[in-house]
Amino acid sequence: MLGRGARGSGWGLLLALLLALGVLPRVRGVEEPGSAHEESQGFQVVTFKWPHVRDPYIIALWILVASLAKIGFHLSHKVTSVVPESVLLIVLGLVLGGIVWAADHIASFTLTPTVFFFYLLPPIVLDAGYFMPNRLFFGNLGTILLYAVIGTVWNAATTGLSLYGVFLSGLMGDLKVGLLDFLLFGSLIAAVDPVAVLAVFEEVHVNEVLFIIVFGESLLNDAVTVVLYNVFESFVTLGGDKVTGVDCVKGIVSFFVVSLGGTLVGVLFAFLLSLVTRFTKHVRIIEPGFVFVISYLSYLTSEMLSLSAILAITFCGICCQKYVKANISEQSATTVRYTMKMLASGAETIIFMFLGISAVNPLIWKWNTAFVLLTLVFISVYRAIGVVLQTWVLNRYRMVQLEIIDQVVMSYGGLRGAVAFALVVLLDEKKVKERNLFVSTTIIVVFFTVIFQGLTIKPLVQWLKVKRSEHREPKLNEKLHGRAFDHILSAIEDISGQIGHNYLRDKWSNFDRKFLSKILMRRSAQKSRDRILNVFHELNLKDAISYVAEGERRGSLAFIRSPSTDNMVNVDFSTPRPSTVEASVSYLLRENVSAVCLDMQSLEQRRRSIRDTEDMVTHHTLQQYLYKPRQEYKHLYSRHELTPSEDEKQDKEIFHRTMRKRLESFKSAKLGINQNKKAAKLYKRERAQKRRNSSIPNGKLPTESPMDNFTIKEKDLELSEPEEAPDYGAEMGGGIEFLANITQDATATDSPSGIDNPVFSPDEDLSILSRVPPWLSPGETVVPSQRARVQIPCSPGNFRRLAPFRLSNKSVDSFLQADGPSGPDGSEEQPHKTLPESTHM
Amino acid sequence: MDPLRCGRLCPASSAQHLPSSKENFNNVPDLELNPIRSKIVHAFFDNRNLRKGSSGLADEINFEDFLTIMSYFRPIDTTMDEEQVQLCRKEKLRCAFLFHMYDSDSDGRITLEEYRNVVEELLSGNPHIEKESARSIADGAMMEAASVCVGQMEPDQVYEGITFDDFLKIWQGIDIETKMHVRFLNMETIALCH
Repeated sequence: MLGRGARGSGWGLLLALLLALGVLPRVRGVEEPGSAHEESQGFQVVTFKWPHVRDPYIIALWILVASLAKIGFHLSHKVTSVVPESVLLIVLGLVLGGIVWAADHIASFTLTPTVFFFYLLPPIVLDAGYFMPNRLFFGNLGTILLYAVIGTVWNAATTGLSLYGVFLSGLMGDLKVGLLDFLLFGSLIAAVDPVAVLAVFEEVHVNEVLFIIVFGESLLNDAVTVVLYNVFESFVTLGGDKVTGVDCVKGIVSFFVVSLGGTLVGVLFAFLLSLVTRFTKHVRIIEPGFVFVISYLSYLTSEMLSLSAILAITFCGICCQKYVKANISEQSATTVRYTMKMLASGAETIIFMFLGISAVNPLIWKWNTAFVLLTLVFISVYRAIGVVLQTWVLNRYRMVQLEIIDQVVMSYGGLRGAVAFALVVLLDEKKVKERNLFVSTTIIVVFFTVIFQGLTIKPLVQWLKVKRSEHREPKLNEKLHGRAFDHILSAIEDISGQIGHNYLRDKWSNFDRKFLSKILMRRSAQKSRDRILNVFHELNLKDAISYVAEGERRGSLAFIRSPSTDNMVNVDFSTPRPSTVEASVSYLLRENVSAVCLDMQSLEQRRRSIRDTEDMVTHHTLQQYLYKPRQEYKHLYSRHELTPSEDEKQDKEIFHRTMRKRLESFKSAKLGINQNKKAAKLYKRERAQKRRNSSIPNGKLPTESPMDNFTIKEKDLELSEPEEAPDYGAEMGGGIEFLANITQDATATDSPSGIDNPVFSPDEDLSILSRVPPWLSPGETVVPSQRARVQIPCSPGNFRRLAPFRLSNKSVDSFLQADGPSGPDGSEEQPHKTLPESTHM
Repeated sequence: MDPLRCGRLCPASSAQHLPSSKENFNNVPDLELNPIRSKIVHAFFDNRNLRKGSSGLADEINFEDFLTIMSYFRPIDTTMDEEQVQLCRKEKLRCAFLFHMYDSDSDGRITLEEYRNVVEELLSGNPHIEKESARSIADGAMMEAASVCVGQMEPDQVYEGITFDDFLKIWQGIDIETKMHVRFLNMETIALCH
């Protein structure tokens, strides 16, 4: 294992750090008397005060070490694709622990229960709750609860009892333990660990149902674990013979109190949190803080009341997410998202590393081969049996059956982790005589499950061909049909008088809309809060982005050229620099302003795509260029105001403009089709001519059915700028001239997209208007999307139906496409050889 | 057939074998909040869904018709073989229910207008969404559908509406079997019915 560790520069760094750490205590030893001695010498210019900073310093160093380790792991993609990070961290921990031990001969750093439960666990669980796919979770809640409650009790009881049975047979030799100790051990080793499960399953990508069941179980079984642990611990303290039936009943009651109480605390704090975020409009900068503080308080509160803290913070996250995400600003949401991920991932890293480090401590090791091996066997076997039995029961009620393969993965995914370790360390040696045996067995079990099962689960999943999760981009149709489904299903249940899932969900969402949202959401948020609307919005933004990306790639960012007032933006993009242009643009942009991405979410979704960097660039471009003038005054330093919330407004503006535009185009399309026959004819001629001259885009010869395309434009024209109409002929004459003209391109690109930046509003564009045919004038025209322009879609008179849809092949860029029909002019000019699948849809 | 409980509807028609009319459906109290209630109720009386014709509405439906409609929502039986055939068929039926809901004029094609209508209704539950937004969403969805179904469009092509085949195409890869069913129909009641 050491051998594997010796690779990459990360390790050199780590070792150096480690050595420094190892040396530090001795430095302190030397330093202290020295400084005492020097005190008499009066004022010191420089003093070395190691003890003063010692604790935070060491903590910070460890965090640094852990983080650097992560960098180190990812230097080699090969290793991380095979070995889960948790495994690497444990191994690293073992190595580091060995070094520390060699330097100091005391285990100075171990994972203490206090640190674990108070500081490391909450962020992970909060993260899990806050990003919980609620619908999936509640849809499978019954299954999850069964596994979490019955399954855990089953595991605890069978493991404990079997071990006791074997102990009675004398196979384990002489141990000072009774039945209750075994049950206590069974209860702490039984619970599947959320941290380990999350760490391993995140890399495996099994289908979401399977994931939510295993993961949900690991979260919710905390209540059972806590209760069982407390009950048996108190029984052990009491002594076996004094336990009465009343105590057992109390134990069962306490289970309900602990679990329901914890949940209730979580829900209450979620309510509070949602309510608070409703009023944070003027303290934007600390907005994200509330999320963390209040959820942490829920954890502490339920810990204080000896309820299930994990349940509390999980449900706090689950319940508040909808309202919080709606209430806080987009930047705050991004902040929350990243901070939470950072904390959780950091905590996880530290946990696994310290699990490794803690294991290097000869004082806690007590080996008993039979006990250790049998524990391993029992927990695996009973887990499998439990899963099979419960699934058998569940499958009679579940709609989506859990197949054999799923059951195998579920049994195999029963990883034990740091929770078990922390609990076992908490045991009191005076009460539990064989504490060290339990501790070392737990460590072995944790290492075995995390390392061995963690390593093998990926190949197993591949080998069994478990259904994987698929990442799909959101699709409008899908969302709409999904919505329709929901309503249909709940209607069916209503009509047949059945109280089922859909019925409940429907009632809940009504209740939510009527009461909860009104109380907990900002008024503005209530308006814009609809999933479908959001998807639409997102897609629109995405299209805008790829649109700009397209322009940038073609080196014609001229279309986001600015009025003379704003020199910043007048960067010369006209020279096509295919490869370098992106980098240069983006750097230029990034340095200017503290850049906030418009739409982190869509970014994140495409993180895996290779085009990510490119998107980043275009995000910046979009924001920087399009809204430059408004962001100018951001240089002021203020602790309380990060940015004026222009972005949000701008987003909305984009959205609204888009919609307005599209509506207009539709309206115009609907008005009489034949109004402008004459002009159309004129056009036809012109266009035919142009066809002949122009290069053929995409290698495809466009067929000639130009009529209808133009009618739309002409209608538009008529509606909007009637006075320009007579000019046509003249303009058309020049039409061929500007075929390859960049400005023309610019207007074409610019006008319809809905991202009418203030820089580029129609009235500022007179200079261009003079060169561009009036129907292309920005603001009122309809222009096809990039792809549509490649393929010059035309229509044979079926106008009433789908007039504006001269579609492009793939993109969903609604606004671009909606404004399709003006195609012929805009389209033919640029041979889009490089036309990418930029819209990803 | 008695074991199938259809509590609210059938009592409304006073006896299970008496036909039900639209009012009976409209009287179901829980339906009130459903934004696409009229469409759903309509679907129950749609001859296409009742397998009684290619268009038009039935005035009344009897209990068997009711069951016919309900049977569209039966989950697939995991034990049955010849899965491919069955699955496809079921899928089509389910889609048909949806499809017929969208395709109000029974011409086998969801036109933009029809789509818009449904979307508007669908989103009408949220009072804050204006009609315009709903429309542009429908437009966007239509566009998306066209791009999925037709792909590379020829220059002179126009997308007239979503045909049933296109509709299936849109649903490709989406696991409707797990979505489009109602739990109670999985119970023994079905077995009893046969």
